[in-house]
Amino acid sequence: MKKRNKTDEYIIVIGCGRLGSHLASLLSRDGCSVVIIDKDVNSFEGLEQDFGGFTIEADGIEDEVLRNAKIEQADVLVATTDDDNANIMIAQIAKSIYKVPKVIARLHDPNRYKIYKELDIETVSPTLLSAIEFQNIIARDFAGIEEAD
Amino acid sequence: MNIIIVGGGKKIHFLIRSFVSKGHNVTVINDEYETCRRLARMHNAKIINGDGSLPYVLEEAGAAYSEIIVALTPKDPDNLVICQIAQKMFMIKRTIAIVNDPENIKIFHELGVDTVISTAEIISSLIEQRVAVDEITNLIPIEEGKVSIMEVEITSDSPVIGKTINSINFPEEAVVGCIIRKEEAIIPKGKTDIRLNDKLIVLTLPRVQSETLEILRGRLD
Repeated sequence: MKKRNKTDEYIIVIGCGRLGSHLASLLSRDGCSVVIIDKDVNSFEGLEQDFGGFTIEADGIEDEVLRNAKIEQADVLVATTDDDNANIMIAQIAKSIYKVPKVIARLHDPNRYKIYKELDIETVSPTLLSAIEFQNIIARDFAGIEEAD
Repeated sequence: MNIIIVGGGKKIHFLIRSFVSKGHNVTVINDEYETCRRLARMHNAKIINGDGSLPYVLEEAGAAYSEIIVALTPKDPDNLVICQIAQKMFMIKRTIAIVNDPENIKIFHELGVDTVISTAEIISSLIEQRVAVDEITNLIPIEEGKVSIMEVEITSDSPVIGKTINSINFPEEAVVGCIIRKEEAIIPKGKTDIRLNDKLIVLTLPRVQSETLEILRGRLD
């Protein structure tokens, strides 16, 4: 498979919390063109100094805001707000209406996993990932103790 | 019919009462405990305290055997998700959602919600109507809007000046109940004629209201 040049990639990140700002900074450092949207102008202070993308102060669930962010040209959209339902709505608008090729949403409450699955939205759940990681570390340490015995 | 209502401010009392009085089984889901307590005291409906956009809460509300779901929360994404879960996971056919941002009407339709109501749009159009049509006053809806009474002033451009009531082609569901002529109130008969500056008290069903107005005023605006 031919690898796409990263600088071609246009990525919209909705939500500039700890997760969104970190992700946007990483992607920008990788050479992607990144636009990050958040209602709170102060949230952009969480971005790294070398962040080279654009910031938009607006509510990402508004259609007009997404259009201003040139959503129809986006290769990837990531919804990382702390409101699961807002993420679901943004992800569906991006996927069904604007046909963004890759859409990923943050899943906050694992109880809602079924909804995302039902609506065919790809998710990343920081809560589940952390839980699994904790479990792995604990299992590994126990295995270590058993071997030592 | 089994109807689920999620969220809702003050209007919800009226809605519950109206559904219950028509013999429907109503279940209300609200995320505020105090509101739920108050609703449970006031209404003959099942009240559930929880987040209506969570599948297990809807399941508890009996979504699997409900026919209609109405999403009235103040957050548009919540209303969208509620309707979508109801439709996809519980096979509820009629989904009704309120949107706060009128721009979302189209989006909700495209994402499968069948009835989308924008209060902002309805209220602004009502206000515009009132502002544009100042010769119509006292528009009173009666019996939850089933009948309305309006007062229409006959201006010089009205096509019905000089005509008698029975020669005007009113819709079946409209009647002129009274004519205020100067200081006098007249109960009109078929032969009563309409004059300039008369104020007509007209009783109509909502579906013929605009038609009736057009007949009396000669224009629709």
